[in-house]
Amino acid sequence: MIGIKSYGAYIPVYRLSESELARAWGGRGGRGEIAVANYDEDSITMAVEAAIDCLNGTDRDIADSLYFASTTPPYSEKMSASIVAAATDLRDDLFTLDIGNSLRCGTSAIKAAHDSIKSGSAKNILVTAADCRLAPPASEFESIFGDGAAAFLIGDSDVAVAIEDSHSISSDFLDVWKRAEDPYIRTWEDRFILQYGYSEKLGTAVSALLKKTGLSAKDFAKVVYYAPNARSHQRMIRQLKVEPEQVQAPMFDSIGNTGAAFAPMILVAALEEAKPGDRILWANYGDGADAFILQVTDQIEKVRDRRGIKHHLESKMEIPNYEKYIRFRNLMQGEADRRPQYISSLPMIWRDRKQVTPLHGGRCHNCGNIQFPIQRVCAYCQAKDDYEEVRLADKKATVFTFSMDERAVEVDPPRVWTINDLDGGGRIYCTMTDRDTEQIEIGMGVEMTFRKIHEGAGLHNYFWKCRPIRVS
Amino acid sequence: MESIKDKVAIIGMGCTKFGELWDKDAYDLVIDSAYEAYEDAGIDPKDIQAAWVGTVLGSTATQLSAPLKTDYIPVTRVENVCATGMESLRAAAYALIAKAYDLVLAVGFEKLKDTGYGGLPMAVQSAGSEKWHPVFGSGDSAPGRYALAATRYFHQFGLSREEGKRTLAKISVKSHHNGSLNPRAHLRMEITEEQVINAPMIAWPLGLFDACGVTDGAAAAILCRTEDAKKFKDEYITIKSFGLSTGPGMGKVRTDYDYTHWEETQRAAQQAYADAGIKDPRKEIDMCEIHDCFSIAELICYEDLGFCEKGKAKDHIEAGDFALDGKYPFNVGGGLKSFGHPVGASGIREVYEGYVEILGRAQLPERQLKNVNLALSHNQGGNPGRFICSICIVGAP
Repeated sequence: MIGIKSYGAYIPVYRLSESELARAWGGRGGRGEIAVANYDEDSITMAVEAAIDCLNGTDRDIADSLYFASTTPPYSEKMSASIVAAATDLRDDLFTLDIGNSLRCGTSAIKAAHDSIKSGSAKNILVTAADCRLAPPASEFESIFGDGAAAFLIGDSDVAVAIEDSHSISSDFLDVWKRAEDPYIRTWEDRFILQYGYSEKLGTAVSALLKKTGLSAKDFAKVVYYAPNARSHQRMIRQLKVEPEQVQAPMFDSIGNTGAAFAPMILVAALEEAKPGDRILWANYGDGADAFILQVTDQIEKVRDRRGIKHHLESKMEIPNYEKYIRFRNLMQGEADRRPQYISSLPMIWRDRKQVTPLHGGRCHNCGNIQFPIQRVCAYCQAKDDYEEVRLADKKATVFTFSMDERAVEVDPPRVWTINDLDGGGRIYCTMTDRDTEQIEIGMGVEMTFRKIHEGAGLHNYFWKCRPIRVS
Repeated sequence: MESIKDKVAIIGMGCTKFGELWDKDAYDLVIDSAYEAYEDAGIDPKDIQAAWVGTVLGSTATQLSAPLKTDYIPVTRVENVCATGMESLRAAAYALIAKAYDLVLAVGFEKLKDTGYGGLPMAVQSAGSEKWHPVFGSGDSAPGRYALAATRYFHQFGLSREEGKRTLAKISVKSHHNGSLNPRAHLRMEITEEQVINAPMIAWPLGLFDACGVTDGAAAAILCRTEDAKKFKDEYITIKSFGLSTGPGMGKVRTDYDYTHWEETQRAAQQAYADAGIKDPRKEIDMCEIHDCFSIAELICYEDLGFCEKGKAKDHIEAGDFALDGKYPFNVGGGLKSFGHPVGASGIREVYEGYVEILGRAQLPERQLKNVNLALSHNQGGNPGRFICSICIVGAP
């Protein structure tokens, strides 16, 4: 039986409220809010978070493939999956794949993973889906688009959720698109695109799957599906002839439409509440549609300790004002900076790749002390070249001291510098993100998070920061 | 190992006005400081046999030979971060002791104000250098790194934010008072504790008045062996000792670094006190010009140079012990805080301050200390947990 062995999700800590959008642009504004990535996050960093959540307590070597599904890969040429895999500290003998260009790519990746395992070419595939879509300012999309990620470990043993069947249809229907030269998505009048796009295609895929399996709407404990917005999601309840109680809430007013990650994230929310034996109908739309029949097994109880959707939703901070969001997204040209710009060096990043990306430190074989960055000559006992690499990304830490640099070349000043003593040994000097500067104190607990540090040399320079522990 | 005590004499010194010298370039600064020193020593520039030039952000040794038109003599550029100026003096002194030369010049300078922004210019970054890494510590700053020590010091010794800020403020107020009396200082205004506490934040908890000036300037010294000094002039000082400690820089790596002491300062002081035969610095040293790039740097130096017990600096600051008329005058010239900090110049400038006080040449009577026999100069480059500390003790022959 092939299915989901484990799941994980990530929701950025920041929320942008509809009332704040209304303050900025006028209009009434609802009571909802969307989850928005911090300025140092993108689809890669969010996928890493979801992947690590998904693999909580699991040997990282289990995955033999990693798929990354997104319409917003940070590079248009340069694979994202390989970066996600390295930061997650997976094996080197790994098959990696980026799947993109369609809002449906999250479920397409699941389908591809399922089929790859079925063919016998892979045993365990980590599928990540993440999106960070930029809505046009002052558009309706701005209060609808959210940012987030989900991850599933797909395998053929001990599955928590069996993938029983699926059906896909393809369509060249144009409803939402973005050319390379477009800063934002483009679309058409929604009365037209919803009728012939979303409504027709999702409905067709679900009908075909039900017909093929002989199941009907009442056979499902939960019905989980994508919709471009809350109104369309509501209408689909009637179209699918399901009861509202069966429908998994789409979280438009708490996260927003997270694009390629949206249907996967709603499924994670459903699995958090699912009971063994539950049958789930899962459908996604974009350039056609994918529909799946899923069945929850007893194994679901073994993967409950995920941050997933529920815990990440509870851990949040409001973006205090829209102007800050403008800075996060670099939507306004500011004063030209007279200070030197950030630079980078590929050979330096390459030499230190195990320290930069999966955050490995060194543990001295002679004295046992952990050190970061790795020291060839031990900082404690001077033993030379006698250490093993240890992953520090999983460690929690305690802030030993900190400072807050108001004059740093920084999107969200002050830049908070911290000296952190890691649980189990070792010290790391890094910046703190996702923080309320009023709440920072010596002795507070922090955890490590993979972030974009700067854009020096025209590349995304990723490294780890610390953040206040989000879920204790 | 032999002591250097009294073997080398400083027979002439020069120091430019420090400040935002928009109308002076690096060559002007080198010329002005060197010619003042030539004149003070009463020597012909042609008699200089070798020279050392200290600059952190400048370029090569030709930044001395080109402006001064030296006659193909050996000139070396030295760089030891903020300990650069002292290092050029140290190199010159040891060359004399080796009897490689008889009369030498040491110059330190920095031209910082041509960049277009406030704050310390960032060093020219080049791949493979130790000064930067694409991501480790990327974009950190001197105030951000020193502030790590201030935060920890407050915590370790039980100072509330308010007490900590006020304690540091008293240091800056004192240094500005001293600098206000010094005609060559950069920031010559008196300031109040309230001004310091309410100043814009630079890197919490350090505000604008916890930070030294960004300054252009240069200082120069002419040195010879002490036995030759009388041939040139009667008034001179001698070098009692040097200390130089370069730490392994593992404060951000080792969990046992406490961020409340400067190990390299302690080690350099041990070397300098031993070489000069100083048993109790509190009783023997008459003035200290120390590296106060930030107020917290000076506070921790009081403790690590042995002028007060660990964690007790606040009591001594409140008692006025480090004021011009206190028991242990610190930063008599105004310090980096008020006199300014052209990085490569500061070490020689600090020795210059001792030179004028020992020789009774402080320009105004208010700032002339009485009976100065020993003056300590101290510079530390780098940042808490990773310092290069240089100390020079000079005195009456």
